[in-house]
Amino acid sequence: MSQKSFVWLCLLPLAVVTSAFFMLPMARLVVAGAEGPHGLAGYLAILTEGRYRATLINTVLLAAATTVVTLIVATIAGMFLQRHRFPGRAVLIAMLTFPLAFPGVVVGFMIILLAGRQGLIGDLSNRIFGEKFVFAYSIYGLFLGYLYFSIPRVILTIMAAVQKLDVGLEEAARSLGASPWAVQRDVVLPALAPAFVASGAIAFATAMGAFGTAFTLATNIDVLPMLIYTEFTLAANFATSAALSVGLGLITWLILALARTFSGSAVAAAG
Amino acid sequence: MSTTSHGAAVRIEACGKTFADGTRALDPATLDIARGETLVLLGPSGCGKTTMLRIIAGLELPDAGGKVLFDGKDMTSVPIERRNVGMVFQSYALFPNMTVADNIAYGLKIRGVARDERAARVAELVALTNITGLENRRIEQLSGGQRQRVALARAVAIRPGILLLDEPLTALDAALRDRLRSELNRLLRALGITTIYVTHDQAEAMELGDRIVVMRKGAIAQIGTPREVYFAPKDRFVAEFIGAANIVEAPIENGALTLPGGRLQVEGGPTSANATVMIRPETIRVVDAGGGRLAGIVDSVSFIGDRQRIVVSGASSKPLNVDAPNTIQAKVGDRIGLSITPDAVRLLPSEP
Repeated sequence: MSQKSFVWLCLLPLAVVTSAFFMLPMARLVVAGAEGPHGLAGYLAILTEGRYRATLINTVLLAAATTVVTLIVATIAGMFLQRHRFPGRAVLIAMLTFPLAFPGVVVGFMIILLAGRQGLIGDLSNRIFGEKFVFAYSIYGLFLGYLYFSIPRVILTIMAAVQKLDVGLEEAARSLGASPWAVQRDVVLPALAPAFVASGAIAFATAMGAFGTAFTLATNIDVLPMLIYTEFTLAANFATSAALSVGLGLITWLILALARTFSGSAVAAAG
Repeated sequence: MSTTSHGAAVRIEACGKTFADGTRALDPATLDIARGETLVLLGPSGCGKTTMLRIIAGLELPDAGGKVLFDGKDMTSVPIERRNVGMVFQSYALFPNMTVADNIAYGLKIRGVARDERAARVAELVALTNITGLENRRIEQLSGGQRQRVALARAVAIRPGILLLDEPLTALDAALRDRLRSELNRLLRALGITTIYVTHDQAEAMELGDRIVVMRKGAIAQIGTPREVYFAPKDRFVAEFIGAANIVEAPIENGALTLPGGRLQVEGGPTSANATVMIRPETIRVVDAGGGRLAGIVDSVSFIGDRQRIVVSGASSKPLNVDAPNTIQAKVGDRIGLSITPDAVRLLPSEP
């Protein structure tokens, strides 16, 4: 057997698995999306139909807000954790990354325990202000839940990136007169940009598609995964749910691609 | 821009450094550096030279009691960003997200210097460091030698009171290092700025230093001009670290060293049962057998290019290295005479 055919033979299992479990269902999904009463136009419904479009915008805004806040919180925390040694550091890191182990349902459950009708925040506010603050079942509860499971992923990426930073760069900037602020702005943050894009993309994609948390909190929330679920199971509207699924995937991919291109050129422009 | 007097006088007073884990990197040392002087901190790795540089820079705090003074002003607790020092790092530490011009102008930008003034200063430095045409390059597109020049231009751009260089040529290959060394020397002389230069390379130290501080194990072994430390080393460590040296141990009787191959006059040599002396290989002259005070057998001859290194056994207890001109004909096994003037024989303190 020649070297080349051996390599091809080794790739065969991958090809089988990819086509059986990835390519075929994808193709089927795309076909199904065009099989509704409106045909291919069903794909445009996500943009033209008012309710769908509002849900789409909602979802994108929520995912974007999650990404931005996660990056801010995780960058500060990750930088601090990587640069300082103190008693209990290892425990703190373990605690911060613990949510990685929870499925979305459990995160939703914890949000209800915190901000639900019987939740901790409601109890406290009732005692202090005589009024129960309950936001677990709204988009704010969902936002909090997404933050909760996005932060650990991003913190770990940022910590790894901070560890690889050349301390000499910061010292050089300081020797040239840069204040601690200026060092962060001109040296540290640009050097961390690739890590921001990589971990931000994961946070964004997760927030776009997460379902378990939304399903647990449910009632009041309009996000795309919930919409797909209701169209599919409650309304048995296969074509629309397939079209929405493809739309969700495409739009997430498009935004990530744009973010990557933009940040790439931003780094190039800065240099 | 303000006309800063180029260079501040530096004094460090009883500056020691003990790290958090208890290792003593630097014994308390006191050192004066004159305005405009180039001082080289020379020593093997781990001798404390970089720690001393970082204390002067303000990147490390000296242990309690230590003081750093610039022009008599106590700077010990002033952070590096307000010390107005230019620094060149071994890794160059150029900002990868900025062009060459932006790197050089960074310190000026931080100081709020206007755009045209920055551009003018960058143009001036680019010309001075021979990197014209590279202004808009990205750092990753530069060669090692170009990076070194950019790092130097960036450090000098802010008209620092003191220029600190931490092994700036170590990352370069040998040929480039030699060329850049003389270029750097010309530049430092032209700038006339107070410079502190850290290196483990004695050739660099010799060429660049007005004075050399030889360091060993966290302490200063000797301070002197290149000629002083080369010709009059204080101890065996300095003698062997700088240049090539024959260290000879033998008794001195009647003002002469008694060796297996003959007797050697020592200037002011006190009688001693076991003296240690240093003889530089190039101070030994090869003469006809019987012509010199010492005689020995040629062990090996290696051609170095501009001269030859002859190893002679039998003259001293250990083989002597002799640097001779290429005109001398010597073959392995030849019996030759050696002539050494008394002032070339340096008495060193005996060490246990």
